[in-house]
Amino acid sequence: MPWVEQFELHVNSQVGDAHSVQERMIAALERLEYTERDVFAARLALEEAVVNAMKHGNGMDPGKRVTIGCRVDSDCARFEIEDEGPGFCPGSIPDPTADENLDKPSGRGIMLMRAFMNVVEFNARGNRVVMEKWRGAAVEATAGSSL
Amino acid sequence: MSDGGHRRIDIEQIGDVTVARFVDKKILDETNIQIIGNQMFGLVDDEGRQKVVLDFTNVEYLSSAALGKLITMDKKMKAAKGKLRLCSVRPEIYDVFAITKLNKLFSMHDDLDAALQGL
Repeated sequence: MPWVEQFELHVNSQVGDAHSVQERMIAALERLEYTERDVFAARLALEEAVVNAMKHGNGMDPGKRVTIGCRVDSDCARFEIEDEGPGFCPGSIPDPTADENLDKPSGRGIMLMRAFMNVVEFNARGNRVVMEKWRGAAVEATAGSSL
Repeated sequence: MSDGGHRRIDIEQIGDVTVARFVDKKILDETNIQIIGNQMFGLVDDEGRQKVVLDFTNVEYLSSAALGKLITMDKKMKAAKGKLRLCSVRPEIYDVFAITKLNKLFSMHDDLDAALQGL
């Protein structure tokens, strides 16, 4: 089945620049009548991924870009976010639910992405993430994975 | 209150308790979160409020950056020997707290009346 909506855009590393792109992605899900829960999940995970790319990947360097790709059909919404930074190891992020980390103000973005999206996969370098939300499908608790 | 722009929190005083209701439905934008954080922190840093209830009635989306500001607010209140409670969090938003185990850190209540009990 062909994708109903498909596009790829580049934004500079300023958080406000990505919001119109994110809204376009979410509007596609709403047009296809994804559930409120699915839309909530996608919006939250997209925000976390884009902010991570800009802030941690590109170091908020306005000269660096974030590429945001979106493909949506009636069963699956797929998002690809890539930054121009050096990458990182997703496995190196401390568990934010550990007692010693609970009161730290950051480090929860990837956990939330994994909790709300059916697929979250990083490339080997760690500067690109692919996420999928399957219509109406609950998220299985799985360990993190990388391509 | 530290403003830094348009007011993002509506304040109501009920006795000696300050009820701070977030105005925005989506607490996602980093710049907005910064402003909200400053307005929230001002309640304790500048105004010395000792009992604060954060009302999430209007909040439909909340990012991890916003959670970070809430954690910082909690630390400030504890350092000032004050009390902080959260109320009226929607189920999807509560899931965010539960997934991150922050429902163990914060005192969370179904509604404002429950949050005011014993405060």
